Parts: sequence; structure tokens; C-alpha cells
Amino acid sequence: MLYRENGQFKTSYAADQQIFPIAQDRWAILAIVAFAFVGVPLLVDEYLFRAILIPFLILALAALGVNILVGFCGQITLGAGAFMAVGAYAAYNFHIRIEDLPLLMSLLLGGLTSAVVGIFFGIPSLRVRGLYLAVATLAAQFFTDWVFLRVPWFTDNAASGSVSVSNLRIMGWQIDTPVSKYLFCLAFLTIFALLAKNMTRCAIGRQWMAIRDMDVAAEVIGIRPLFAKLSAFAVSSFFVGTAGALWGFIHLASWEPAAFSVDRSFQLLFMVIIGGLGSIMGSFFGAAFIVILPIALNQFLPALGGLFGVSISTAGVSHAELITFGALIIFFLIKEPHGIARLWSTGKEKLRLWPFPH
Amino acid sequence: MKLHKLLLTALFGAVALSLPLTAPPALAQAKEQFFPVLVYRTGAYATNGSQWANGYVDYLKLVNAKGGINGVKISFEECETAYATDRGVECYERLKGKNGGGTVFQPLSTGITFALTEKAPVDKIPLITAGYGRSESQNGAIFTWNFPLLGTYWVGADVAIQHIAKKEGGVVKLKGKKIALVYHDSPYGKEPIPILQELGKTYGFDVQLLPVAHPGVEQKATWLQIRQQKPDYVLLWGWGVMNSTALREAQATGYPRDRMMGIWWAGAEPDVKDVAEGAKGYSALTLQHGAEPNSKVVKDVLELVYAKGQGTGPKDEVGQVLYMRGLLSAMLGVEGVRKAQERYGKGKVMTGEQVRWGLENLNLDQKTLDAMGFAGVMRPVQTSCLDHMGSSWVRVHTWNGSKWEFTSDWYQADEKVIRPIVMLASSKYADEKKIKARTPEECKK
Repeated sequence: MLYRENGQFKTSYAADQQIFPIAQDRWAILAIVAFAFVGVPLLVDEYLFRAILIPFLILALAALGVNILVGFCGQITLGAGAFMAVGAYAAYNFHIRIEDLPLLMSLLLGGLTSAVVGIFFGIPSLRVRGLYLAVATLAAQFFTDWVFLRVPWFTDNAASGSVSVSNLRIMGWQIDTPVSKYLFCLAFLTIFALLAKNMTRCAIGRQWMAIRDMDVAAEVIGIRPLFAKLSAFAVSSFFVGTAGALWGFIHLASWEPAAFSVDRSFQLLFMVIIGGLGSIMGSFFGAAFIVILPIALNQFLPALGGLFGVSISTAGVSHAELITFGALIIFFLIKEPHGIARLWSTGKEKLRLWPFPH
Repeated sequence: MKLHKLLLTALFGAVALSLPLTAPPALAQAKEQFFPVLVYRTGAYATNGSQWANGYVDYLKLVNAKGGINGVKISFEECETAYATDRGVECYERLKGKNGGGTVFQPLSTGITFALTEKAPVDKIPLITAGYGRSESQNGAIFTWNFPLLGTYWVGADVAIQHIAKKEGGVVKLKGKKIALVYHDSPYGKEPIPILQELGKTYGFDVQLLPVAHPGVEQKATWLQIRQQKPDYVLLWGWGVMNSTALREAQATGYPRDRMMGIWWAGAEPDVKDVAEGAKGYSALTLQHGAEPNSKVVKDVLELVYAKGQGTGPKDEVGQVLYMRGLLSAMLGVEGVRKAQERYGKGKVMTGEQVRWGLENLNLDQKTLDAMGFAGVMRPVQTSCLDHMGSSWVRVHTWNGSKWEFTSDWYQADEKVIRPIVMLASSKYADEKKIKARTPEECKK
């Protein structure tokens, strides 16, 4: 009834091709973004900022990057954590070795370095695909783990291999309060998400999708696999690397290579699979599912026990959290193999016909 | 279809219900001193972590059973970190503002300590890292909120070499010797390296570094190297399952266990119990205490906590090495509060800032310790604004196949070795962070 495009006539190609052709969608998204920028900082307390919202924003950005590679270009990667690490440590080295380099530059240079490394590790994708490629990208993971643990230059000769940053500021704006960190990450994510959405809608995105759907056919119609695959690796690694730099600089402030272990790579891959392969929206859903749900369960279970007068031990809660989380992943994958994003679009289809579905 | 909807509703209901829980609760319990407890009872290091956690919580219960800190009862809440840094940070954020604010954090993980070191000064909550964490944080002029009480890894490394020198018959005999460090490949395991290399240069022994990847169950390659290179001594800087695996591999390769020495995190019952006879002769440093099942404080715990059915863990583990370490860690936090009350008002709830003053002016002499039931467990400790470590007494204990026995006198770390490196590392940190060191005048405030 409310959600229906009757009477919205497109009079130009631009109007027809815009990101959200339906006016209600457009307004809803604008309202959500405006709320995220203005409403959330007024309403939310420090815990939500630091422990939930900031990790969610940064990992959503990383998931976007992984989704470009896995979801849009069809190249399975298990090296996302490695590219996050490259982004973080490259940004750190730019930050401490070049005096007065603006913070924004360090972060973006971190992302660019990661893009270069991404292209390098993307070269095997020209010859192998599927599971074999996944194993090849795993090499990136082990290689970066080794480099940042063993080569002291990258960690500024820190005795323990742990590095830290502080006094972050952009043009006189000190980024130290939770709100400023949140806004900083949110601005990054908004710009990058818009960028990703537009990239997938234009020529390069169509090339990626053609390669994903059938690479031989794509080659026949004149798409160069070398360019398409390596550009997907570059763009994806740039996103993931920038997210890694933000994770180190803004979220942790002090980190060690273990922060970007192979677990992180798996986590990011699960995010895009559960959220929805080949969907920008899905990256957000997946990140929310993986970041927020375990923490929510961890706090919800003791409260649930409290309602029935049962006190659950810390270990018990932790085990129950893992069990429930695993069960939910299986539930979603069986119910909707195309991810939460597909549930979302099915919901929208239904809403369009409501209340007269026939 | 109905069931499907029901499930979905239940799921979203569950998430929605849990959201308000994250908001800080009202200050209903403001009259209680809140101790946040970061633990790991699950994950790769659960066996060791849960013993420590049981000791920590039991001591807080004991203080309450004895009437609290000058009448102020203690409240506490556990949060599971599974030894992961990001979960540790989440726990810290969750607990720091609860129930009137966290008193002191003890993360029992060097990785989490590094992350919290950046956060503690902002939130003004002290960080006690008894026997772990950043070694240079001993310098209280720069690390204002870190308290590596009783000892750091640099102290451990120095004493380990002292002990080896004594066994060999003097430091001159160390020349040309080969000492291998088998370490957990993380900030924890890497901490002792600078001191060992420094000592190696001074005394002329060779340091071999053999990293073991987390969690440490795969050590075949490491021990193959040891068999080839035949180091004179092996120092073990492991944690959890890595320790028992190392001892098993040593047994398999035939490396003599009496030439192996562990840090205080590699010298507890779970590390050797399963290897039993195979670990005979293996010795480890102690953070002052070993297993002390006969000390008075253990008897108090059994009588006032366990006899009433309020014990946290299994009764037979009370008094074991890691249990005692948890107990001791909790005691240091509680005594920090008690000291702060002397200045800011007895019977009042202390803030993080006030507790920091208490920890900086901690003075536990033997009489106080004996009165608390810690006779024979630990030696006096006195901190100051500039020295956040307090004391560096270490003993060595050896596994005899069924229990740990002390086999050395008291050692103390050599200030002449440690001090310059502490100053160097902490001033480098201060430069990076643009921190101004506190002057003696500021300390008096």
C-alpha cells in the first residue's frame, strides 16, 4: 500500500538508471544515513560506540571489499585478513616514517599498498579458479603473518612486535572521542559504499560479473580476463586494506599481527556468504550478523537465565553462544542460500503487492 | 510456515531484548566496589585461564566473607575473552562503566594489555598486570596507569640466566654456551628477547630464538632443531597447551628436562600433570609463590568460601600454582583499594583514580602479609610513583613427578641490567606518544 511505485514516471535515462529508482527507497536510505550521522551520536552511549558500532562499520567496509572480489567477480579469497594486515602496517609505516603526513593520506596510502599487494597475489587467479584459487590466496595470509612477525622493520623494531598509534587528527580535528571515531568511520563507509555501488553498475562491474558467470563466454565477447580479474583484486584489496588501517588506527590503536589472523579471513568470507554474495546491502547484513550477534547472545543468555532464576557460568554462556551462533548460520544457509540480502529483497517484493497478493 | 515465522519472531525478539541490556544500569549498587573480571574459561588456554580466574574470584568472595574492604563490599562480574584481543577490548568497554565504574582491570593476556594500555589513561582505570604485560611499563613516570606488580618478563629472563650461571658455577662459565628460547609467537613470547640478547652480549653466550605458533600444539620442527643444535639450556616461554606439548617433545627427542627452564606461566600443574614422570626435573621460575596448599589464606578460603558451598572451582585445585596467582592478583587490587581508602576516606567506594594512588603507594610489609595469611607465599612489596613494579623476588621450583618443590634461594633481578633497558624502551614510547614524563613534584599530588 505504502511501498509501491505507481505514479512514479521516469522521464529521463538518468532517472531510470539511478541507484534507487523507487522514491520510497531513496527517502528511506537518505533517512537512515541522516539518522546515522545525526541521530545516533545523540542517542547512543560509549559502550555501543566502541564495542559494537565502530567494529561493525569497519568490518562492513572490509566485507564490501571481499564482496567485490568474491560476490561480483567470483574469485574466492581466503586472504582478506592478509590484505587488512598489509593496509594496517603500511599505513602505520607511512604514519611514523613521514613527518606531517596527513592521517587521511596515511590511511589511503595503506589501502593503495594493499591494492598493489592484492594485484600481486591475484596473478594466480589467471590460471587457477575455485577452490584452488582459495588455497593460493591462503598463501597471502601465511606470507603476511610471517612478514609482520619476523621482519622487525615493519613494526619499527618494537621488541614485542606490537605497534601503536595515538594523537590522530585531521585538519585540527582530534579523533579521540568515541563519537568522532564513529563519525570518521561512518564517513569512510558511506563514501566507499557509494563508490562500490557505482562501480558495480558501470562497465567495470559488468565485466566482473561476466567473468563470474562464465569466464570463457566473457572472453569470447571481448572482455579481457587479465584486466577484469586483476582490477577486482586491486579494488577489493584497496577496500579491505583501508578497513585494516581503520581497524588498527581507530578501533584498536595498538595491535599485533594476530589481529589479522586467518580467523579474520574466514570471518570476512562468512560475512559475505551469509549476507549475500554479489550484493552491497548484503555486506552490511553479514557484518551486522557476525559482529553484533555473538556479543548480543553473550549478554542476552545470562539475562535469560536470570529470568528463570538460573545463573549460567561464564564458560557455559560462552559455549552456548558458539552453539547458537553456529545453529543460526546453518539455519540461514538452509532457509536462504543466497543470504540475508535475498530475504530482504523477497520481503520488498512482498511488500509491493501487500495487502492484495493476488 | 507458522513455525518459521515463530522462529524468526523469537530470534528478532531475542536480539531486541538484549539491546537495552547494553545500556549502563542505574547506579543501584553504588555502595559496592566493583571489580570487573576478565577471564578465559574457554578456548585454547582454558585449562590455565580458569584456574587463575577461580583464584581471583574466590579471593574477592573471601574479602566479602570477612566483611569487605573496611566495610565496603565487593561486587564483581566475569566477562569471557577467550584470550582474543578484540573480545578482551569488548569486555573492557562493557564492564568499565558498570556498577559505578570498574576499579581495576587485570586482563591476564599480554595482547589485551597492549590494547588496554592505550585506553586506560583515557578512562582513568588502573591496569594491574602481575607478572605479564609490557615490561617497560615498570616506569610509572610514563606508564601512569600500568602496574606490572611483582615482576616483568625482563625480570624473569634476567633471573633465569642468573640461575643457569649459578648452576654452571659463575657467569664466566656462560661464555660460549648456547641457550635456546622456545617462545609463544606473540607479544608475550617476544618480551624477553631484548634482555636475553643484551645478557648474551655481556656474558658471551649464544641465544637461539625458536618461535612456536599459537596455540603451540605443533612443535615437531622446533624440537628437531633443538636436537640438531644441542643447546646447553632451553628456556620455555609458553602458555597453556604449548607447555605440555613442549615437555612431551623434549621427552620424545630425549632432551634432558633438568636443562629446561620455564617462565612462571610455564610452571603450573596443568603444564606438567599429563606428562607426570616425563616432566621430572623440569624447573620453572615462580612469581614469588608456588603451590601453597598449606598457607593460611588457602585455609581461610576453604573454610569461609568452600565450606559454605560458594567455591568457584573444584576444591582440589585450591592452592595450586595458577590458583594462587589469581588469588595474589586479586589481593593486590584489593590492597590498592584499601590503601586508597586510607587517604580518601575509610568505608567509601574508591574511583579508578583514587585506586591508582593506592597502588602507587602500596606498602605491604611482612607483618601485613602475615596477618592476611600470605606468610610463606610472598615477600614484601613496596611501590612508588616512579616504580610500578614494587619488587622483583623470584624463586625456582622443580617438578618431582607429582608436585612442585622449591629448589632455589630467592633471586632478585639485576637493576643494573634492567633499568637502562626500561628507561630506553619507555622513553621511546613516550616520544612516540608525545607523553611528558611525570616529575617528582607531580607525584606528590
